[in-house]
Amino acid sequence: MSQQAVLYDVPGPRQRRYTQIFSAVAALVVLAGLYFLVYKPLDEKGQFSLELWGPLIDPGNENFSQVWKRIGIGAKNTLIAAVLAIVASLVIGTLVAVLRLQLKELNRRRFTGLAAPVSILLRGLSLALTALTRACVEIFRGLPVVITIFFVARGFPEFGITFDTLWYLVIGLTIYNGVVIAEILRSGMEGLPPGQREAAVAIGLSPLQTTVTILLPQAFRIMLPALISQLVVVLKDTSLGFIISYEELLNIGKQIIGALGNPIQTYTIIAVLFIAVNYSLSKLAQYIQRRLARGRKTAGVTGRGPTAPAVQAAAAGADEVNPV
Amino acid sequence: MNVLIDKFDVFAGGFWLTFQICILAAIGALILGAVVAVLRISPVPPLRALGTAYVTVFRNMPLTVVMFFAAFGLPALGSNANFLRIPVIDAIFTRLGTDLPYFRFALIALILYTAAFVCEALRSGVNAVSPGQAEAARSLGLTFGQNLRYVVLPQSWKASIVPLGSVIIAMIKNSALIGFFGVVGDLSSTADQLTGAEGYAFIPVAIGISIGYLIMTVPLGALLDRIERRQAVAAR
Repeated sequence: MSQQAVLYDVPGPRQRRYTQIFSAVAALVVLAGLYFLVYKPLDEKGQFSLELWGPLIDPGNENFSQVWKRIGIGAKNTLIAAVLAIVASLVIGTLVAVLRLQLKELNRRRFTGLAAPVSILLRGLSLALTALTRACVEIFRGLPVVITIFFVARGFPEFGITFDTLWYLVIGLTIYNGVVIAEILRSGMEGLPPGQREAAVAIGLSPLQTTVTILLPQAFRIMLPALISQLVVVLKDTSLGFIISYEELLNIGKQIIGALGNPIQTYTIIAVLFIAVNYSLSKLAQYIQRRLARGRKTAGVTGRGPTAPAVQAAAAGADEVNPV
Repeated sequence: MNVLIDKFDVFAGGFWLTFQICILAAIGALILGAVVAVLRISPVPPLRALGTAYVTVFRNMPLTVVMFFAAFGLPALGSNANFLRIPVIDAIFTRLGTDLPYFRFALIALILYTAAFVCEALRSGVNAVSPGQAEAARSLGLTFGQNLRYVVLPQSWKASIVPLGSVIIAMIKNSALIGFFGVVGDLSSTADQLTGAEGYAFIPVAIGISIGYLIMTVPLGALLDRIERRQAVAAR
């Protein structure tokens, strides 16, 4: 924010006047361009006629209530899938993050009290488990989430397991986002000042207790903005349910288009719905981020404590929302 | 597992097509994203508002909706995106020049969507340059453009490279959607083709496709991790 103010002088009266004149002219040019390049072709094809828009925006239209009832169902299904996927991926993500930290801890142990073959076996086992979890994380993080959902929907029936399409979508989303959330939490825990862990060990907590009672709550707090942005991603990704024909908003939109033949209008409404919900979620993330930053500053006892970089990292993470 | 060997050319063809759209979309999104980023930090308020509006719209919309808009909106505007049939380039990226416009539509959607994220990555880099640098440049009398060109951007580039990399990785993953939008023959649509029409078992095909995507995403991710760690060490 402060950076931007530094890049140029605050414009004086003349500069402001120039800016105003220039903007007015530019706005006119752009409006003219839009009129001739967008509005006129669309109007000639009748895209602004009430016949196409009516069912979506005119309450008097015969199809209005029917259409919005369907959209309501779609929105409900989208939200159900999103909430289930969010809860499941938070749980899975936390478990995986704790597991990976525990395995890292286990790798440090030398199992000295045991006979040599047993200790070598145990060390090999813990190494193998670490490699396995690492590979799983890398694979599921590297696969497109569309592909994961598609594989779940096609792969599970191969093994004779069938669910509702809702569950394929939720499982697919959970696999991907669970792994991403696990990585967010893990980087949050590893970014904490080492003193936290050392102090916990010094008062006699076991590694698991240390992680669960000391590191994890702090990681959640620091990474909250990044976590919320990931939730926006989950909400956006539920729209992928249409490829496995789950009845979410987009699929409903397709049905409406099939009945009424108004793709541009319907997708405009759907886009507005998505933007409204996601925009408020990202605003919430920004608000929480500001609150966190302020909380750190006013707490003040630790001053510019070592947690500051971690908060900044989280803020940066929230800034670049992982797309889809 | 025979399908992996028998149909290697199908997988390779799909991989090649996905790779093509990724390269083109990455170039397009970097250019458009840079423009939007300059708009967002420019001294002219209406331009700033324009950039902010662009980012808000495209960041909060699912890519699927953007693709539908490209597929339905552009034809309604009377365009088949023929301006993308650039003479020399469409000789290398053959799909750009075909009569079926879906590849071009998907490309446009991917560029528009990714550019919003590229803009944010670039902007976070600009914000990471310490304000003293820009202040010093201002006090030397450099204009906004000179300030960006000689002082801020060369430094912000370093801070943006990791977020930019993750945006590109995400874009590669997003490109899997094009197979479900009528672009025939990309990596994700090979699954349908091989298991549906040609009746191969699903699991080996799934493994083949996964390998195709992982080849692109995992090394890039590892490279980014390395760069990030080196930068962290350098910052200490």
